[in-house]
Order: sequence, then C-alpha cells, then structure tokens
Amino acid sequence: MTSPLMSIRGLEKKFDLSGSLLEQLQFEGGRLRRKQEAVHALNGVDLEVHKGEALCVVGESGCGKSTVARTVMGLLSPTAGEIHYDGERIDHLSGKQVLPYRRKMQMIFQNPYASLNPRMTIQQTLEEPIRFHHPDWKTDRVKAKVQDVMQSVGIDADWGSRFGHEFSGGQRQRIAIARALAVDPEFIVADEPISALDVSIQAQVLNLMMEAQEQRGLTYLFITHDLAVVEHFGTRVAVMYLGRVCELADTRTLFSNPRHPYTQALLSAIPKLEDDRPNHIRLQGEVPTPVNLPSGCVFHGRCPYANERCRTEVPALITTDGGTQVACHAVEENRL
Amino acid sequence: MTTATVSRWDRFRESFFWYSFKRDKVAIASFIVLLSMVLSAIFAPLLAPTDPYDLAQINIMNSELPPVGMNGADEAFPLGTDAQGRDMLSTILYGTRVSLMIGFGAVLLQAVLGILFGLLAGYLGGKVDSVLMRIADVQLSFSTLMVAIIVGAVFKASFGNLMFGEIAIYMLIFIIGVAEWPQIARTVRASVLAEKKKEYVDAAKVMGFGTGRIMFRHILPNTLSPIFVIATVQIANAIISEAALSFLGLGMPETQPSLGSLIKSGFDYIQSGSWWITLIPGLVLVVLVLVINLLGDWLRDVMNPRLYKG
Repeated sequence: MTSPLMSIRGLEKKFDLSGSLLEQLQFEGGRLRRKQEAVHALNGVDLEVHKGEALCVVGESGCGKSTVARTVMGLLSPTAGEIHYDGERIDHLSGKQVLPYRRKMQMIFQNPYASLNPRMTIQQTLEEPIRFHHPDWKTDRVKAKVQDVMQSVGIDADWGSRFGHEFSGGQRQRIAIARALAVDPEFIVADEPISALDVSIQAQVLNLMMEAQEQRGLTYLFITHDLAVVEHFGTRVAVMYLGRVCELADTRTLFSNPRHPYTQALLSAIPKLEDDRPNHIRLQGEVPTPVNLPSGCVFHGRCPYANERCRTEVPALITTDGGTQVACHAVEENRL
Repeated sequence: MTTATVSRWDRFRESFFWYSFKRDKVAIASFIVLLSMVLSAIFAPLLAPTDPYDLAQINIMNSELPPVGMNGADEAFPLGTDAQGRDMLSTILYGTRVSLMIGFGAVLLQAVLGILFGLLAGYLGGKVDSVLMRIADVQLSFSTLMVAIIVGAVFKASFGNLMFGEIAIYMLIFIIGVAEWPQIARTVRASVLAEKKKEYVDAAKVMGFGTGRIMFRHILPNTLSPIFVIATVQIANAIISEAALSFLGLGMPETQPSLGSLIKSGFDYIQSGSWWITLIPGLVLVVLVLVINLLGDWLRDVMNPRLYKG
C-alpha cells in the first residue's frame, strides 16, 4: 500500500469552558481552588486518507466529525496530535509556510447560504482565490479559468455578475464547489456538504462531486451523518463516537459486517422499506457529556457487551481478519 | 441572458432601498431639503450676494438691518444684516458650509478610527479586544463637550487667537472625531462578531487569505449597513457639538462663522430687538439637524436586519 495522502495521528481537541483565570478560581470547602473544565471534542483520533479515495466520517451530532474537518483544514488548532499531508507535518505551520497546502487542500461547507460572501458577485468570489494563488496570471487567463471551473460544475458562465442570494441552495453549493476547485486542489474536505439541501438536489451535488473526483483525481474527506450517502459515495468509512474512531472499514465490509456494537446499532437504525426485519437495536441511555468523559471505552455505558475491562481500559484500534479496524475489547477477545 | 447585463443602476432601482425611499414621503422631503442645503453650501461662493470673509465688502453702517418686510429693511439684504453689517443670507450660506464640513469631516475621522479599531477588536478578539474596548469605555465616560472644551481651551491658550482662527476648523474636526469614535467602533465590533462566525469567513481562511484581506475585503463590506445608519446620526450630533462649542466661544471664530458662532454673535443683541441675527441661523441649524435625523431614522428602518433581510 502506498503512503497515505493525509494522516492524522492521536488528534485531540479540547474547547475550554472555564474562561479566564479569575473565573476559574472557586471556593471549595473554605479553600481557594482553580477549576478548569473543557469539552473534549476529539480524544485521540487516528485516520489515514489514501490518494484517490473518499473517506467518509459518520457519527451522531456532537461526536466530533466537524471538529476533525476543521482541525485538518487549520481552522482550529489541535490540542495534541499531528496532522501530516503527503508526508509533511502541517498542523504547526503558520502564515506563509502553510500557503502551498492551502492550494492543495480545500473545503466545502455545510451551509451554502452562509458560505458565499453576500457582497461579492460570483465572478469576484471565484476570481479572488485564483488571483491570490497565482499573482502572475494575466486577467485573460484568470477569466478563462473562472469560465472553465463554472462550466465544470454546471453553472452558466453568464451568471458571474450575479450575487449569491440570487441562486438556489443547490446552485450555491455548486458555486462553493467551483470556488474550491478553482485553485486545483488534490484533497477536499467536505463538511456535510449536502445536508442543507433538498433531497432532490442532494443527488445532483453528490454526483457532481463524484464526477470531479473522477476527472481530477481528487481525494475526499467527507463528513456526513447520512448513511445512504456513505454507501453511495464512500470508499472507506470511519465511524466516530464521542471524539474517537470506533470502527474503520471499507464501505462494503462495514455495511455487510459491522463489528463494533455502536456501528451495529447505527446501521440497524437505517429505515428500510421491508417491514419484516427484527426491531433495530435500542441503545440504553444517552450520549455522555464530552465535558466529563467516561473512563475506559467511551461507549461502555451504553454497550450491551461491556465488562470490567471496558470500564477501565481505553480500547485501541485493532485490525481484524476481515480488514476492519475496530476499537473494541469485545471484538478483540472474540466475545462478539 | 438578460440578467447578465444588469447594471448597478438597474440593480439599485430594483432594490428594496429605492422602493422604500419612493414610498416614504418624509424621507423624500428630508432628502430634498438636505440636498438643497448641501448644494447651496457647496456653491455658497456662487450663490451668496456678498462674501462675508471679505472685509472690504462689509460696511458697518449697514449693521443690524432687519429682514425684508420689516421697517427699515434694505432690498440688498433679504435676511437683514448682523452687528458687523454682514449680509445674513451670505453669512448663513457660508456658515452652513462650515457646519457641514465639520459634521462630515468629524464623522469621516470617527469612521476611520471606529472601523479600524472595531474591526481589529471584533476580528482578533482576546487581548486586543479587551484593550481597545476598555479604551473606548474610558473615552465614552468623558462627555464629548468636556473633552472638547479642555482641548479647545488648551489649544487656544497655546496658539493664540489669531493662529487658532486659522486652524479652528481642523481642530474641531479632530476634537469631535476623536471624542466620538467609540460609538462607531462598538457598532462595527458587534457586527464583526456576528459576521466572523459565518462560513464565508472560514472559506476565506481556508483559501489562505491574510487577516487584513479577510477583515477589509470580506467582513467590512458586510458590516456597512449599521455603519451608514450610525454615521448619519453622528453627522447631526457632530454639527450640534460644533454649534455648542461655537456658542461657548471655543469653536469657529467670528471672522469665519459657523451656524453656532452666528447664533452666539446674535445672542448679544437679542435683547436689543435684533432677534433675526440669532433666530434665522438657529432655524437653519434646527432644520439641518432635523432632516439628517429623519433620514437616519428612515435608513435605520430600511437597514434593520430584523425587519428586512438583504
């Protein structure tokens, strides 16, 4: 196997809740104590994205999917861990050093109604990144590139003088994709790019992204909570729960043979037309708060197979004989 | 494609802005009055019958002539003359010019300072935000007039009356501009805080654009609506502040009177029956400030994002 295009190692991200030093000080039992609290959004995420694949990250709300995307793109700085792109570490680079990677890595956002600057025309929106990354290009070349990229996402090249609010959600998302493609990236992080769109438009945008992947040899890190999309789009799938990856497998393997108890519950919750299946797995309780993480396996409180070891020891990702990577003691011990 | 050729003017004519302006009679009337006052102030040297700055055209024998229609009026001075024999109409035209220059100049300075500090505080946040906003708080805890009086008095004492007369207009712009910048800075900061969370800012960051480029090219244009509203009101405030300072004798000198110093110079004669020297510039000042405030009110209604999202 070739070396991965993007590799994330032991990524952690905490969001501080306790505020400034003065706000942290509290009286407890007559003594002044400093109390710090943080949301543990990511707790040691390891992921590798290979060239040309579409790695889908799924999980429920608040599991840290978007935090992974934003940390990878440098919008958030990681608390711990490393991010490598094409063998080079990029998470500690600053300002000018990171510029070459900005061109290679682009992002598509969730909300197409907020991701276009309302005061800029489409032409300006698309021209600015090209001019910025190719300051030596002549105006003709920039304009030709904009026309080219607009055509490739199915936007009429004559619409350049319009503003973002004159378009529908699907068209805006096409423009946002065009903006990302304008600098000819190799790697695209898509943070729930279709969840704000009409169902009828979702497929169009998804197909557009797959076309672009074929034509340009793109690599995707695709964040979503829609399992149907994963089945259609993903090469491999990573399932996240409470800031950790609990299962990572080829799409087909994951859907046919889920190993982790959480993945099993997640997949059984997909509504199907046939009504003769047994009821879906009902998990007990709620997702624990990411402020006070459970000890051991983050899933143990809701897992029907949890034992003493799960409560104390954090499971590592292990590779099973099927090629699936699972972080579960029960799978490791062949209890499951 | 017909839409491809839509010009800025067409876009403006189809906008909600123009639509609501056409339907608001108060706004139209205010705008016409303001426009005519601004135009007559700009073209005062062409419109005014005499030049009140030119001592050779002033005859002390013409002093305190009443406006046309009263006993002892002179046809040459339709609004009468002041205590020095200057034609009131010309002096008011030139005075409006001075007042408007100070109003616009001071707000321009406020806007430059306020936008810069507001953007920095809102976008960078953290310590920069704390420091800049505390400075703004301290600044706001002084009354504008008090600061202006102290600074004005110090300048007047150190430069002498003659020199002060020459630089008075810049001094007033500077004092009023510096004293009121926190108003705009706070407004800008508030809208920057709202804007910087939107995804188009993230998209710009992901593109690798620098902080300055994101602040001025991406965020600033989206915070302009509230700036316009507050700047309009601030022009009226600046004109009033200037008039108050001039009335207290710390503003424009008698030789280059603004509306405020005209009111003051007439105030000494109001008991002796020459009420027009104070009353007419006073009315002009009231009308000027009123129409600006009415326009500001209308602008606020149009640009209020709760009433209208654009």
